[in-house]
Amino acid sequence: MSETIRFILNGSPVTLDTEADRTLLWVLRTDLELTGAKYGCGAGLCGSCTVVVDGAAVRSCLTSLGGVEGKDVTTIEGLAQSGELHPLQEAFRKLGGFQCGYCTPGMIMNAYALLLKGPSPGRDAIVQGMESNLCRCSAYTRIVEAIETAAAELGGSHE
Amino acid sequence: MSDMRQMDRREFVKLLGGGIVVVVNLGPLTLFNSRDPLDFQRGYPEDINAYLHIAEDGKVTLFSGKIEMGQGVMTSLTQMAAEDLGVSLETIHIVMGDTDRCPWDMGTFGSLTTRMFGPAVRAAAARARLVLTDLASERLGVARDALKVEDGVVFVEADRSRRVSYGELARGQEITHTVDEEAVLRAVEEFKVMGDSPERLDGYDKMTGAAKFAGDIRLPGMLYARILRPPAHGARLTRVDTSAAEAMPGITVVNQGGLVATLASDPEKAEKALNLIEADYELPTPSVDTESIFDHLVAAAPAPNTTEREGDLEAGRAQCAQEFEATYYNAYVAHAPIEPHTAVAELKDGKMTVWSSTQGPFSQQRTIAREIGYDAGDVRVITPYVGGGFGGKVSGRQAVEAARLAVITGAPVQVAWTRAEEFFYDSFRPAAVLKVASGIDGDGKIKLWDYQVYGAGSRGSGVFYDIPNRSVRVYGEWGRAPEGLHPFAVGPWRAPAANSNRFAAEQQIDIMAAAVGIDPLEFRLLNTTDERMLAVLRKAAEVYGWEAATAPRRGGRGRGLACGIDAETYVALVADVTVDPATGHVQVDRVVCVQDMGLVVNPDGARMQMEGCIAMGLGYAFGEEIRFEGGKILDSNFGTYKLARFSWMPKIETAFVSNDALPPKGGGEPAIINVGAVVANAIFDATGARVYRLPMTADRVLAAIRST
Ligand code: FES
Ligand code: FES
Repeated sequence: MSETIRFILNGSPVTLDTEADRTLLWVLRTDLELTGAKYGCGAGLCGSCTVVVDGAAVRSCLTSLGGVEGKDVTTIEGLAQSGELHPLQEAFRKLGGFQCGYCTPGMIMNAYALLLKGPSPGRDAIVQGMESNLCRCSAYTRIVEAIETAAAELGGSHE
Repeated sequence: MSDMRQMDRREFVKLLGGGIVVVVNLGPLTLFNSRDPLDFQRGYPEDINAYLHIAEDGKVTLFSGKIEMGQGVMTSLTQMAAEDLGVSLETIHIVMGDTDRCPWDMGTFGSLTTRMFGPAVRAAAARARLVLTDLASERLGVARDALKVEDGVVFVEADRSRRVSYGELARGQEITHTVDEEAVLRAVEEFKVMGDSPERLDGYDKMTGAAKFAGDIRLPGMLYARILRPPAHGARLTRVDTSAAEAMPGITVVNQGGLVATLASDPEKAEKALNLIEADYELPTPSVDTESIFDHLVAAAPAPNTTEREGDLEAGRAQCAQEFEATYYNAYVAHAPIEPHTAVAELKDGKMTVWSSTQGPFSQQRTIAREIGYDAGDVRVITPYVGGGFGGKVSGRQAVEAARLAVITGAPVQVAWTRAEEFFYDSFRPAAVLKVASGIDGDGKIKLWDYQVYGAGSRGSGVFYDIPNRSVRVYGEWGRAPEGLHPFAVGPWRAPAANSNRFAAEQQIDIMAAAVGIDPLEFRLLNTTDERMLAVLRKAAEVYGWEAATAPRRGGRGRGLACGIDAETYVALVADVTVDPATGHVQVDRVVCVQDMGLVVNPDGARMQMEGCIAMGLGYAFGEEIRFEGGKILDSNFGTYKLARFSWMPKIETAFVSNDALPPKGGGEPAIINVGAVVANAIFDATGARVYRLPMTADRVLAAIRST
């Protein structure tokens, strides 16, 4: 059954007339043509579909569209501001926190939410906070370095 | 060179819109020689491996059939071309893995790209520069020696104002040049370390979500397909009822030639419809499972291929003061790229275009053509960014499915496998049994090596220790396994067979060192005279800060050492572990990895590959194992199939033994081959327990500890 669903997507209001029980990941990737969030497992086990909803990282493959009604959704496409990369993106790029790049949007969004929660996490907190995101290319150590670097640069001013 | 070819070249450069083209043509001595007859049909000159085009507007394009799946070749190939052509990195555009635009290529695997392709690209770029400088010398009326090139501009060294750009030089030209094997070999010799590791060209787009993978292609009217899958390999569909799915609005149901699929404009809707399909299968009785596979592999193995034979095993036994026998086991593992196999197919004006996540666009082109009954020339495969391959994205099943569905429905179709499909149709790294008998004399010299490998194959089984009496027998190569040996498809997985072979061989070496009371490093140095091996071992010891001690030292902390050769690269690893004796949990604290990989083209890229190998290797060392009952795969997602993750990561240190005289060797695989072995050796040092079976799960480590 179609209903009208409204939420904020990357800073702009979105209105959709569709079923509320559809999965956010597929609505983003099809209706909204934002293909940055990726399917990796469809079961909340890999994190490649991660987006940020009201400041918290969520698995968009397990989130219904109805669940973000009235909320603020940020995807990887909304992170760079007028072509300028977010410090996290910059650090991932510079420090090689990616290889194939498929898990990268999910990694960055998860890290983004992590830094929203606590702007200067230690290495252990980063590892713990990122633990359920998988990278088969196994760029793990550089991803941690990238997050540390970005956190240092943001110096608590993260938003 | 025949006139015919010359004509082809003219046509070719015209087709590209004029300018200057340098093609690479390598003879049968190189690895790209397996020419594809399709080349004749595509109107390409028939003997091209790659080419470089300098257009009339000065734009430089490098065309290569290779693909980018995370190994960074897009950047390294462009970097090489830029360097030798004398232009900035940004000036060059690279087109990869497009069967209509790129010359034929065998596929991207086996750590071959930089090693084999790099020198070819460099030779082409160097030749182009020469051609352009000659043109400039004519144009400016100055001898070539007096000219210099910077950033795509040729100028008179003594008077910089007299200059002409590559674009101006290319204008109105229709020039083709060929570099052949000789030129490429010369490039190999002149290959200099670039030292410099530029930022990845694909970096920006991969940070912003703009980078397109096959599943990100959107075409008007595109349908998302979901396909009915059997519950097990070998199952036979006996009844299917699609009526309920057909009754769903907005759903297209296909049931043709064994392909049963539901399609919709929304993948979830297609999924819902698929779930409404009723299907019955006839299942074969499972004959092997995760535990019984090892006996089966030994019993069903084909006759051995003796890959090494030296001296006499019986005589060797007579020289031994101590003999050792052990059997090692390895599991089936999945490639499990985070991007599952995906393809989008579109049929337009009789031409089939498929965007596919593949390591082999050209072989896929041929497979698709065969399966849908088209001329290969009417099939185009385009390879967007590939989300990891590791040897698993070679067969083109998903691309064939998408193409078939596009033919049947007339609409563009996306087939994106679910994680369960990915685990089901993967071509797993084969399980393996390795039986090793070895012996040493009273001085710690190895006198006997009797090595048998079942299921895995030969890679990594070569003996680089000086053992006078040795035999290596390989019962079946993964690529040529007889029917029925494995219950499902097997295939190459990052350094195929080598992970199994090194796990056995390097533990066996350690077992002997421990028995004779010699430090593991000392023991290896004592038993090999291979200079490159000695060098990586010494360097690894130096970086690690190795102090001699006999294993096991026990106490819950240990260090291990292992070494090997892969893709002509020499590699040595040292690892520190902490073992929890109560749970069997192993934490790897530190890994040192040293490689002699010949000339290092892009040091940072090479390090990244080494780190990736080690991190990924921890997965197969501790967690990865496909569990199955006959053709039924019991692992369908990451909940039970354990990949390495953040908390598993040790501190990783990488270093090189510099060997610039040697052309670049493989970098994408060598560092992974010893991860199982080095960890097993460290566990032994920490606990005195040997773990003979991969993966070394906490349960297995605990069982090993308890039985010592
Ligand atoms: S796709 Fe959502 S967690 Fe894997
Ligand atoms: S970069 Fe390939 S999966 Fe993470």
